[in-house]
Amino acid sequence: MAVITLTIDRQPVTVAAGSSLLQAVRAAGVTLPSLCHLDGLSPVGACRLCLVQVEGAARLLPACASEASAGMQVCTDTPQLRDYRRMAVELFFAEGNHVCAFCVANGDCELQDMAVAVGMDHSRFPYRWPQRRLDASHPLFSLDHNRCILCSRCVRVCDEIEAAHVWDMAERGADCRIIAGLDQPWGEVEACTDCGKCVDVCPTGALFHTGEGTAEKHPQRQRARYLRRARERHEWQQP
Amino acid sequence: MIGLPPRPDPQLRCCAASGCRSAGGAALLQALRQAARDGSTPVTIKAVGCLRLCGRGPLLAWDGPAGTALYGDLRPEQAAALVALAGAAGGRPEALESGQVTAGVTTRSGIGEQAAVAASLEACRLDLNQPFFTRQRSLLLEHCGRIDPESLQDALAHGAYGQLQRCLRQWTPAQLRAELRRSGLRGRGGAGYPTGLKWDSVALQPAGPRYVVCNADEGDPGAFMNRSLLEGDPHRLLEGIALAAYAIGAERGYVYVRAEYPLAIARMRLALEQARTGGLLAGDAAGGRFRLELEVRVGAGAYVCGEETALLASIQGCRGTPRPRPPFPAQVGLWGAPTLINNVETLAAVPLILRLGSDVYAAIGSRSSPGTKVFALSGAVRHSGLVEVPLGTSLRTIVETIGGGALDQPGVPGGGALKAVQTGGPSGGCIPADQLDTPVDYESLRALGASIGSGGMVVIDAGMAMPVLARHFVAFSVSESCGKCVPCRAGTVQLAALLDRFVERRAAPQDLARLEQLCAMVRDTSLCGLGQAAPSPVLSSLRWFRQEYEAAVRPPVAAGAAGAAGCDPAMAVIAPTAIAPTVIGSTAVGSTAIAPPAIAPTVMPPPVMPPWL
Repeated sequence: MAVITLTIDRQPVTVAAGSSLLQAVRAAGVTLPSLCHLDGLSPVGACRLCLVQVEGAARLLPACASEASAGMQVCTDTPQLRDYRRMAVELFFAEGNHVCAFCVANGDCELQDMAVAVGMDHSRFPYRWPQRRLDASHPLFSLDHNRCILCSRCVRVCDEIEAAHVWDMAERGADCRIIAGLDQPWGEVEACTDCGKCVDVCPTGALFHTGEGTAEKHPQRQRARYLRRARERHEWQQP
Repeated sequence: MIGLPPRPDPQLRCCAASGCRSAGGAALLQALRQAARDGSTPVTIKAVGCLRLCGRGPLLAWDGPAGTALYGDLRPEQAAALVALAGAAGGRPEALESGQVTAGVTTRSGIGEQAAVAASLEACRLDLNQPFFTRQRSLLLEHCGRIDPESLQDALAHGAYGQLQRCLRQWTPAQLRAELRRSGLRGRGGAGYPTGLKWDSVALQPAGPRYVVCNADEGDPGAFMNRSLLEGDPHRLLEGIALAAYAIGAERGYVYVRAEYPLAIARMRLALEQARTGGLLAGDAAGGRFRLELEVRVGAGAYVCGEETALLASIQGCRGTPRPRPPFPAQVGLWGAPTLINNVETLAAVPLILRLGSDVYAAIGSRSSPGTKVFALSGAVRHSGLVEVPLGTSLRTIVETIGGGALDQPGVPGGGALKAVQTGGPSGGCIPADQLDTPVDYESLRALGASIGSGGMVVIDAGMAMPVLARHFVAFSVSESCGKCVPCRAGTVQLAALLDRFVERRAAPQDLARLEQLCAMVRDTSLCGLGQAAPSPVLSSLRWFRQEYEAAVRPPVAAGAAGAAGCDPAMAVIAPTAIAPTVIGSTAVGSTAIAPPAIAPTVMPPPVMPPWL
């Protein structure tokens, strides 16, 4: 196996060639915030929280979607990056309707954890309070658009792992929203296999099991990684 | 540049491009054709592409033994008289001036009426010797306005596809790429990346299929250069695409045109059909037979699809959203294959470079930015239209000499006084009037915090407040953001809201710093060029016109007045800086509400919006 060596926060680390910068950062024992990325799913580089500074690069690079290369000097934590990350989290909070106090995911929410991690005690941006809807047409699950941060994990897990492609993104800009099928009520989409992977990978309380109350959602977010790995290693085959 | 050498038989060239059509050009053309059929003397009526001075459309060029005369602001009612006069005068427009021809024209109207018609035509006559025409250098647009864009024969008679056939016979793809590198041509889409290097990086990828894509998704407000080229000289573009395909070894390609250009799409499709039927996108080269399968793809209304990775996604039938680069399309493009994406103007310059020779081309323009560039001049300027000049020409030459300076607008405050020029649309910046001597090339404009962009130039007069202009462009970015990454999706919305406070002159003292912080964040962290450039109009107007933002800030709280003003019911509406607490976990943390600043709200007059915004 070809390996490469690079430095993360002045600390040398060796990873397999072809690794992402995020894998290299983790190998160095550094924690890097990320929201849209989930192991097992393809990277999209949408949340901009894992941006890092690479010596010689003209722009900040998303660690999840950038390939590590030999000799790279990566800095994951600068005052500027900290500032930008906090602003990004504030923007997430200000653009949706996030009220942790009565959210199913309270206590098990990646957005909530991220706010704590970046030290966001309040949003400097005024809340937009958008008008968003709730889809409770599915017999098992519900989708509350108020809590959606448009990370597209549900879209990817349904397409890449379940291969049902129930979810998609519609509209653009601030009007973006997740749609089921051809913008139908979720319960009417015949392609849905009721597998619940989208609920498991959702970072917030946007997708949840119908009937869950405040702080009762405890998803299996590593499910995508297990399934991807099992497929790659053919772990379901008998020896 | 749009004038023709003297010719014995009279010919009327009527602009049939979108600008003139929107001013009534289609009705004029129809009336001219009708009059020519009815008339006794044969007069050739030719529909052509852009005649440049779009602001005076519909435009018509009258060619005859004395050369060419240009008319603007024509009405269909004048068509019969024009055709009759052209026929009677034998194409000598100056005869009209001296009154020689009016008596000889046999129309149903009386002599007095004819004189009136002749006088009305004379009022529509435009001076072809004015700097707007004489200071331009038509190379890319050399046939635009001369040839009938719907006629392959006309294009062939003007040398179309000649360079492609010559190149296939004489040069290998590597030689062609070397020639292009020597020309120093840089991408005309805005970034100015050396075209030769881009071609090399696609050509040198491992063997396999590759694609060529022409980006004709021109979407910047105030930009219509590509549209004019597509509508006025489509075969030149097709030849350029074919040359690019030969240079990189592509057998398939796409022309991606925005849906809002129906005429350009129709002309492009027709030209492609003509070229395909005529076997012009193929030929025998030394390395084997060259053949290009080209297809016109129509966008679906998203500005962001002008961004190359979003454009590729759209061609593949996916949602038009950008993806992080690297890998660049040169490595991983359409269906994973190496793909060359060039702007319309870049590709259209290729046949020209081959005809002139790379050394001659490289000597035009400035050292770092060779060649000519087409600009779309509009806004509060006297002569608006299409302008082609060598790069490195000063902004003053373009705006004041060619454009005639700011437009006089009697009764409009600030009208007639040039304040700034916005270059590059929503991704560019403004250049203040005192920097007009800047040469227009990639580096010089970048140094001023603006950019050439695709070539739109909007002239701003003193009647326009810069925060209003900045908000206009940010509002554009808000509605055109694809919504994929958070700085662009949510950051531009917050930017627009902050700018509202400056426009409405109710900004708090800390808002200026917040505006700058947010601009930097959106610029540095957005995924694609749209978000990265969205704050540019704000940042550049802050750089040159900061005092306008500062003037919009309410003075700081006067000691002792806070309590009284805090009770003012009007303040409750205009103090949204008060920071709402975010609820994290089950307890509210960090509620640091700021007392509303105490100052009586001033009622300001609404900002004056010029008609073109």
